[in-house]
Amino acid sequence: MYSATIGVRRYPFGDLATLLAKASPLRSGDQLAGLAAESGEERVAAQFVLADVPLASLLHQHVIAYETDEVTRLIVDSHDRAAFAPIASQTVGEFRDWLLSDEATTPALAALAPGVMPEMAAAVCKISALQDLMVMAAKCTVAKAFRSTVGLPGRLSVRLQPNHPTDDVRGIAASILDGLLLGAGDAVIGINPATDSPDRTHRLLSMLDDIRIKLDIPTQSCVLAHVTTTLELIRKGSPVDLVFQSIAGTEAANKSFGINLALLKEAREAALALRRGTVGTDVMYFETGQGSALSANAHCGVDQQTLEARAYAVARAFKPLLVNTVVGFIGPEYLFDGKQITRAGLEDHFCGKLMGVPMGVDVCYTNHAEADQDDMDALLALLVAAGVNFIMGVPGADDVMLGYQSTSFHDALAMRDLFGRKPAPEFEAWLQRQGLIDSSGHIRPLESPGRFRALLTG
Amino acid sequence: MSEDRSLLDDEMWSDLRRLTAARIGLRRTGASLATGPLLDFKLAHARARDAVHEPLDEARLIAELAGLGLETIASASAAESRKQFLMRPDLGRRLAAHSEQMLASHAARYDVAFVIADGLSARAVQQHAAHVLGFVVPMLRDEGWRIAPLVIVRHGRVATGDAIATLLGADCAAVLIGERPGLSAPDSMGAYLTWQPAPHTTDADRNCISNIRPDGIKYSEAAHKLAHMLRAMRARRISGVQLKDDSDRLPDGANIEAAIPDAGKQL
Repeated sequence: MYSATIGVRRYPFGDLATLLAKASPLRSGDQLAGLAAESGEERVAAQFVLADVPLASLLHQHVIAYETDEVTRLIVDSHDRAAFAPIASQTVGEFRDWLLSDEATTPALAALAPGVMPEMAAAVCKISALQDLMVMAAKCTVAKAFRSTVGLPGRLSVRLQPNHPTDDVRGIAASILDGLLLGAGDAVIGINPATDSPDRTHRLLSMLDDIRIKLDIPTQSCVLAHVTTTLELIRKGSPVDLVFQSIAGTEAANKSFGINLALLKEAREAALALRRGTVGTDVMYFETGQGSALSANAHCGVDQQTLEARAYAVARAFKPLLVNTVVGFIGPEYLFDGKQITRAGLEDHFCGKLMGVPMGVDVCYTNHAEADQDDMDALLALLVAAGVNFIMGVPGADDVMLGYQSTSFHDALAMRDLFGRKPAPEFEAWLQRQGLIDSSGHIRPLESPGRFRALLTG
Repeated sequence: MSEDRSLLDDEMWSDLRRLTAARIGLRRTGASLATGPLLDFKLAHARARDAVHEPLDEARLIAELAGLGLETIASASAAESRKQFLMRPDLGRRLAAHSEQMLASHAARYDVAFVIADGLSARAVQQHAAHVLGFVVPMLRDEGWRIAPLVIVRHGRVATGDAIATLLGADCAAVLIGERPGLSAPDSMGAYLTWQPAPHTTDADRNCISNIRPDGIKYSEAAHKLAHMLRAMRARRISGVQLKDDSDRLPDGANIEAAIPDAGKQL
């Protein structure tokens, strides 16, 4: 039981989950769940109380019971006490102060990461300003590798997302060509298939592998099918680089996705056994997003930002190359407008990085949300300033298969120019060899090299 | 301003654009989009936004449906405004109390109830619903189907069809609804079919025909798929994921998906 007295009014908060929910900055999904603070004053009262909660007390108080939820068991059982030791005596508020201090250096934060439970990350996030989320995240470096190295300081990578409404192979190749010429694809070339058919997924995987081999591109490919589909295709010999899966922060929500932790472990081991990586062995690609547990009616009374941090604990256990929060895709009933999407994008990036997860963000919105491309431009710039590992590259920012707006190849180029960020080193060298980088270091294709055109004919 | 694409490339891109609706080969200046493609994008987004907020013109729709020889009932969900509809999907799935009473007074025995809901694009149903029903209603009537009065729902989501079919006493709910507008299609209509819906019905119990519009699945084609699916439902007394496996082997190649729950795209 927690409580705060502000003026003459006393605010009680029954348990940790309630306190975290009430302290969360306003968003429509928590309102929909009936978990949000009922007034601005109640919210700040909760933040005052949360700031005084000792981090060590979170080791024993679980927002979802240990006995009933395998994600809680993973969080508790894998917690690294030695890594946690430097902050063991701090409260949530002292933790924020320490994270912003000059003592919290990049190496110190890297050593701390395995000691940070998701509820600790969520708690400090809720009492932090937007600027704090950027400053703290920018000090965290989480670099991972397969055929390229994603997440090094001074780099900004792009997932090339060449989706097509009917998975037409030539239509997809045309979008890939466009993206490669504009320097996208160093995080992954990843297709969301229109249907989850194994045959079609195999065809797309083979086509991606052909293109990669023909052009000798130091990157990885992925078809974002269900993990069971990918696992089946690995067994049949399809060229699988990365295993994709959507994940969430509760056992019940993961069950609604048709997965559990054992299945993710099995899929990772199958992909590792293929030994397809050249500069690293990080083979998993996860996607997440605030509100996914609530939309599956599997939120267990916990606010959506805390659950999102718990999803990163799931991701962390499987040593991913890429974790992508698809922040604005879910719709206005979870994140109502550009303001809520912006805050959520920076929260997700910060919590993931603090926990040692290689975060990228799909800076995006749907047409029924109160947001537009200006909101995306702003969030994108804030995330690049905060050191986001990768973003999406969609032709013209318009995904014609999923029907939402993300970021474009041009957006990525503009951000690389504005912030002086380079692509992944292996991919940058490849772009140099293709003659796609001009003398001043800008990616500026003058015309498409003949062998790129050959993609579409052969 | 620098024009980086060579003439040869311009030709290449205009060829490639026939392969995909994606915005590929856009003209740029420096790293950024040239003015033309920037404004093209803004126009598409403005149209999609307008479609989300445009109100359904019920009087016009009722007039257009008059020729079908069925009574038409205008009803409403429990959501009182467009904003509330967007933020509270639970209210959009429930009927307003006065609509429940009105529908209950029409209770009888029917084989199918057609429901027209604005969903996320009133424009989609405004433009396409009467055309599709113009094909499908006579087709089913000729086969002896008992068709319930047509029901229009303002601020309605797919699940309002469950309550409507139950109140009217219909075995199948067929909901025509405006889908979430994309930039390339602000007027895409979906049809969601459910056999004997009940309070425990979930999206996995439905079948869906998506992308009904002149540039997608055309009216007559959509009507044939709808009728085909309704017949299969009535014959096998099921709908949803179980029916999907069967529909994959349908001789006419009908491409009908089970309506798998999807947080982002749920209507």
